Amino acid sequence: MKNTISIGIALMLGVLPPLTFAQEKDATEAEFEKFRTEMEDSNPAELFEMKGEDIWNEKRGPKNVSLAESCDLGKGVGVVKGAYAAMPRYFADAGAVMDAERRIVWCMVEKQGFNFDDIAKKPFQGRNDTSAPDITNLVTYVAMHSKGMPFAVPLDDPKVKDAYLTGKEITKYRAGPYDFSCNTCHGVDGKRIRMQNLPNISTAAGAIKGVQGWPGYRMTGGIMLTHQWRINDCFRQQRFPEPRYASEVITDILTYMTGNANGQIYNGPGIKR
Amino acid sequence: MADRMKIRATMAGDVAEIKVLMAHPMENGQRKDAGQTIPPHFIQNISVEVGGKMVIQGQTGTSVSRNPVFGFKVKDAKAGDKVVITWRDNKGDSRTDTTTIA
Ligand code: HEC
Repeated sequence: MKNTISIGIALMLGVLPPLTFAQEKDATEAEFEKFRTEMEDSNPAELFEMKGEDIWNEKRGPKNVSLAESCDLGKGVGVVKGAYAAMPRYFADAGAVMDAERRIVWCMVEKQGFNFDDIAKKPFQGRNDTSAPDITNLVTYVAMHSKGMPFAVPLDDPKVKDAYLTGKEITKYRAGPYDFSCNTCHGVDGKRIRMQNLPNISTAAGAIKGVQGWPGYRMTGGIMLTHQWRINDCFRQQRFPEPRYASEVITDILTYMTGNANGQIYNGPGIKR
Repeated sequence: MADRMKIRATMAGDVAEIKVLMAHPMENGQRKDAGQTIPPHFIQNISVEVGGKMVIQGQTGTSVSRNPVFGFKVKDAKAGDKVVITWRDNKGDSRTDTTTIA
């Protein structure tokens, strides 16, 4: 008798925890979504955007020119409106497909005369940094000016298509101590790690989740991070060597992901947990 | 020098809705960086003036997040009124920004 009871309880325990966990997870997620929506119209990302605007317009660097008067993001010199949602794209002057961050770095180096290695020394805001690097502020400023616009990566340009296909290959490439590829975590629907849902970046519905909200203000720590950072950090999670800053591999992945999200509306810089 | 605040002030019916974002590290004095305690650095006082009248004077402490957002609802205000917001932190640094109610 005693035995049957304990078996009964054990069985119940065996079934119950996953259920309650799933419910808890959904409830937590729903609460967080509410909070995030509430925060969205006063997203601290705007503070970084304001700084980015100042930096964009300021004459800087050894050549003492502003980006506003020298940098073409694909819409004409100094034009920021709609530029972010239409990148990555091909830039003839650089002879390369570039995403927004890489393009702005290119402008800082080529037009303003900054040294690439100086920018690459600390390109992302760290946990204990109270301010973000200039490049992050600039990306946030530029991204804000594509808010409400559809993603429009020009995939009909053969060079862009090429980057897209390379990006697709990279997301499939398995290696490293765990033999992971991006797709191990992001290649099927419904995966998650701890509380985080992992978007399936190979579908249009998943790709938009992977690009939406970047650059993003991370509430944990109160720091601003770019899409480049996100991909870099995923290489780390994948136990791959982290790519060189602003390298082609990141542009290729961003071309693939953003291209998959084409036609869907970009909501501007976001807010992350 | 402290960074600009971002202030939004709009009328919703007969109430002014004011939202302000402040750029501030808001260090609580308990965090460590490479074993060293990061000294406390936080906003202590906030004041809000609307149409020349002081409507809010508040004290804040270390439990407020970095880059905080504050929201206020103010009666007896109208579009065109000037909004002046000031914060002062424990190191004596301060910042004042203004806007008009839309
Ligand atoms: C070991 C599993 C793992 C691998 C491999 C991995 N990621 Fe991630 N990825 C994560 C986790 C965990 C997150 C964080 C989700 C969160 O914080 O909400 C994430 C987040 C992301 C996001 C942002 C999603 C969002 O909601 O904004 C993108 C985009 C992304 N990864 C792309 C990639 C790419 C591209 C690769 C391959 C270079 C990759 N990931 C490899 C686990 C992984």
